[in-house]
Amino acid sequence: MISLTPAEIEALLLSLRISGVAVACALPFAIIVATALALGRFPGRFILDAIVHLPLILPPVVMGYLLLIAMGTRAPLGAWLYETFDLRFVFSWTGAALASAIVSFPFQVRAIRLSLENVNHGLYQAAETLGAGPIDRFFSLTLPLALPGIIAGAITAFAASLGEFGAIITFVSNIPGETRTLPLAIYTAIQTPGGELAAARLAALSIGLAFTGLLLSELALRRIRKRAAS
Amino acid sequence: MSIGVNVEHDFRNFRLAAEFNIPEPGITALFGPSGSGKTTLVNMIAGLVRPDRGHIQINDHVLFEHSRGINVPVRERRVGCVFQDNRLFPHKSVRDNLFYGARRNPRKLPQDEQQAIIALLDIADLMDRRPNLLSGGEKQRVALGRALLSNPDVLLLDEPLSALDHARKQEILPYLEWLRDHRKIPILYVTHAIDEVARLADHMVVIDQGKTLATGSVFEMLGRTDLAPLSGRFDAGTVLPARIVSRDPKAEVSFLECGEQRLVVPYLGRPKTDQVRLHVRARDVMIARTPPRDISANNIIPVTITKISDEPGDTIDVTMCFGQDADATLLAETSGRPKIHARITKWSGSRLKLQPHQKVFAVIKSVTVNGQLRDR
Repeated sequence: MISLTPAEIEALLLSLRISGVAVACALPFAIIVATALALGRFPGRFILDAIVHLPLILPPVVMGYLLLIAMGTRAPLGAWLYETFDLRFVFSWTGAALASAIVSFPFQVRAIRLSLENVNHGLYQAAETLGAGPIDRFFSLTLPLALPGIIAGAITAFAASLGEFGAIITFVSNIPGETRTLPLAIYTAIQTPGGELAAARLAALSIGLAFTGLLLSELALRRIRKRAAS
Repeated sequence: MSIGVNVEHDFRNFRLAAEFNIPEPGITALFGPSGSGKTTLVNMIAGLVRPDRGHIQINDHVLFEHSRGINVPVRERRVGCVFQDNRLFPHKSVRDNLFYGARRNPRKLPQDEQQAIIALLDIADLMDRRPNLLSGGEKQRVALGRALLSNPDVLLLDEPLSALDHARKQEILPYLEWLRDHRKIPILYVTHAIDEVARLADHMVVIDQGKTLATGSVFEMLGRTDLAPLSGRFDAGTVLPARIVSRDPKAEVSFLECGEQRLVVPYLGRPKTDQVRLHVRARDVMIARTPPRDISANNIIPVTITKISDEPGDTIDVTMCFGQDADATLLAETSGRPKIHARITKWSGSRLKLQPHQKVFAVIKSVTVNGQLRDR
């Protein structure tokens, strides 16, 4: 078994932490936005849809740049967050998580929305005639029925944020132990003379991680389907 | 117990203007061809569709009143719905489906009544299953139980049998008969199947192209030939209420009483004094001027012709009331004495020189008792 160097372990754990925090923090918002898009009929729905999907089309570097402008400690929003909540995003791992969350947000919303749109609308009507109000219906029907989509979305988003490069390096730079995730570590190794082997090891690690992710998501979906069928 | 509906609604290319009142409990069939607006009407009563104008009331509870701006939210209407496509919650067990409404209702049924419903629907053994492992008939029974356990003021059944095959239909029908006979809840039953109407309903509302054509008791409505184009020429006939008075298992016959008339049908495995429904199709009734003897038909009823109407094609429809007394035709109109229809050829009609007020004999070839065909 090939053992990992401390720097590799550091990059790996940082990647997992940033992606994990990004997905977990974005999830509630993704559920709300997906529900609004799938079931809601309100003015501006199209605009919300477009904004959610923007990170998919926009170059990640542009996303990073926009975040830098909005969240810098001297930018109004960034300054306000720093002063009120002591929350600083620039050049910190939390910033990397924020960038990952925004970039992977559309993946979560799309998966959840798809599973919500597959739910027979008649079920909501049935629940309504049985005395369930909107919030009750959300928790007793919408959420459990969207669970496969929520899990699929979370896994896809997690995988997407593991690979995020452009937005992170633009927004929070490439600081070892703080923002240097696996892709950034690979980039650094390639830039370093004689770093080919280090880059190859990190790339292999990334591939291994990707496979593990796929395997886990497959197992999770299988369990859900089995549960739904029993 | 009553339901009052008077609504108008303009859809893009369809206008619904329906009005009916159902004063009593029991099953009211909302009958009409596909696309006549039946489901829309039911959805309006449930509150799922909001009418443009009008009024909907259940007992003293006004659910919708356009002029006063009243529109009670769906979940406060206390309507129990069973839909064509069952709409069971796929992620919940049968138990959780059944009690979904009951758990949300402050006016719950007593525990023993809940258990009685579950026992009568034969669903106690299915409790831990998920809906996707149930048969079509079981699903509809659970859906029926879910609606009943929510303790509604009215039960709305929207073609609950139409997605089931013949055998599954026969499986559900007795439960619906039990509901009609044992629970004091008005039931609005949407269907386009006349045999279901004949077997289950007490009242009938006929709608076509968004309009109520007729309202009344099933026995009266099914005898109306003007509605025959809707109820289907093939099955046109008479539905008669009858009572089992005695039976002879050895001879394998049961004796029924319909009005004052005795009828013989093949043995029914039911106790005495049970109410049954007879459906006599007009094409299964022959007319004789003198009482025929040495004939295989068991039921030969002395009758008086009340009306003869021309049918399209080569047949005529002869309406006759039971009895041959002088005021038989009058009694048929005033006291609801049973009537029966025969569909015979024009040739037979002119050969026998049939005319109103004539005393003849109706020879019944076969009778359907509670939806089961009983020959001769």
